[in-house]
Amino acid sequence: MSVTQHDLERLGDLARIAIAVGQESDHVAALSRVIDLVAELQAVAVAGVEPMSNPHDQTAELRPDLVTETDRSALFQQLAPATRNGLYLVPQVIG
Amino acid sequence: MHTLSLAALAACLAKREFSSVELTRHCLDRIDRLDGHLNSFITISRDSALAQAAAADQRIRDGRAGPLTGIPYANKDIFCTAGILTSCGSKMLANFIAPYDATVVTRLAEAGMVMVGKTNMDEFAMGSSNETSHYGTVRNPRNTEYVPGGSTGGSAAAVAARLVPAATGTDTGGSIRQPAALCGVSGLKPTYGRVSRWGMIAYASSLDQGGPIAGDAEDLALLLNAMAGHDPRDGTSVRREDEDFTRLLAGDLRGMRFGVPREFFTDGLDASVAARIEAAFADLTRLGAERVDISLPNMRHAIPAYYVIAPAECSSNLARYDGVRFGHRCAAPRDLEDLYRRSRAEGFGTEVKRRILVGTYVLSHGYYDAYYLRAQRVRRLISEDFRRAFEQVDFIAGPTTPDTAFRFGEKSSDPVAMYLCDVYTTAVNLAGLPALSLPAGRAGNGLPTGLQLIGRPFDEARLLQAAHQFQQQTTWHRDVPQLPL
Repeated sequence: MSVTQHDLERLGDLARIAIAVGQESDHVAALSRVIDLVAELQAVAVAGVEPMSNPHDQTAELRPDLVTETDRSALFQQLAPATRNGLYLVPQVIG
Repeated sequence: MHTLSLAALAACLAKREFSSVELTRHCLDRIDRLDGHLNSFITISRDSALAQAAAADQRIRDGRAGPLTGIPYANKDIFCTAGILTSCGSKMLANFIAPYDATVVTRLAEAGMVMVGKTNMDEFAMGSSNETSHYGTVRNPRNTEYVPGGSTGGSAAAVAARLVPAATGTDTGGSIRQPAALCGVSGLKPTYGRVSRWGMIAYASSLDQGGPIAGDAEDLALLLNAMAGHDPRDGTSVRREDEDFTRLLAGDLRGMRFGVPREFFTDGLDASVAARIEAAFADLTRLGAERVDISLPNMRHAIPAYYVIAPAECSSNLARYDGVRFGHRCAAPRDLEDLYRRSRAEGFGTEVKRRILVGTYVLSHGYYDAYYLRAQRVRRLISEDFRRAFEQVDFIAGPTTPDTAFRFGEKSSDPVAMYLCDVYTTAVNLAGLPALSLPAGRAGNGLPTGLQLIGRPFDEARLLQAAHQFQQQTTWHRDVPQLPL
């Protein structure tokens, strides 16, 4: 397996995804299949080739630094699981 | 009524042969009767559809109608729609009522189209069979024991079953073209940046592109006219002069050259599909186009490059689903870390989690150069192959998929087997090119095949011309599935 149980735990930590007990071996097997597939790229000669992040080699367009949107935070916060006084509520972080 | 093209429907509406309200009721009635089995819709927006139809009828009476005014359509459930569920096929967004419309939705509403609902899809557009949807699989109307393809399987199935005459989709690695091929309808992935991504839930932002699915190429051109255009809200939207994508449709193909990449015709291509595609090449040749054999030597690296770049972008884009501001939140989190980890574990399905983990792997310390940067270099090699090919030919032709639709469960246990469904489509997304899939007749098993045409950047009008002329010579796009109604 190109991906180990240890790798899976590390990836789950980095991606903030809890890996369900009993599903670890399925994840390791599937991830290994995909990593083996993409490992084919190691054989491609790419020396001197510029990486391509946008199909048109377009760079991000900057907008003038002006306020153009109205404040709709109350509307957006209606979607939140928990809010109070305009703030999003999460479990206590600092004791 | 439901077998007419968009142009024919518009003509009937203009002549008052029926009203938009009557047409919309007809579509809603077909959805009620047929979709319980097909499952192509997640949400039906009956009341708002009838209100939009009544407004369209008034617009027609007032002489203010455009070519699409009053025509019903459906949106893939990846496009945000104000006040209506936008689930993206996921449990994560099962409670997400978007506070705004996507630009595509706004533009089609301004054209006077009537949205009857939101279509089913692979979760977050990750899949090639619609089996990853939280809302159940979609059945292929050609044979309901088979998948419709994905990720835009709901839209393709709904158009194939003539529940709606048109629908929107998105294509990151083939997600418009592959289900269009498997369901026997026409689908267009425009050039990257042609259609705004604003309000279109992101999967892989350097690859995602919205586009239409409909019965034929002329309908695709009419829809693209309404969907395309620069949007200042999308930083990757490209500034271009407005153009009429129907303007070249009537032109013949004499003097045009189409390239056939030898890499498309390998062992993985089903012989029965290959025979249909060869027949399509003969049709193009009869229309006056010249066949040129070409090579895209780096195309074989497209699937590996795609499955580095797309998961990398997905792992970043989907970081926003953390159970804090919107979307699924787990019950009784112990602390903030537990909230993140369990909300994401519960809200995402297996394939989405897999791609996030793959993306995290290829972006992580020690692997970034070996995988992500290398894939981006290979992406340029693939793009350069196309650039060189287009020095010789006006468009490229080949199969959309290596096989026809497959049975439920046939490929879902092996991610790589599923990924190979898109072996002919992902290179197009990596290069940002426009491409479409057209019905090319049934294979030996009776299921549809798709002819893929790939064009130069921003050359959709010529691509649609070739497609339209092909459909003047063939009848595959009029092959309607046999359904109980």
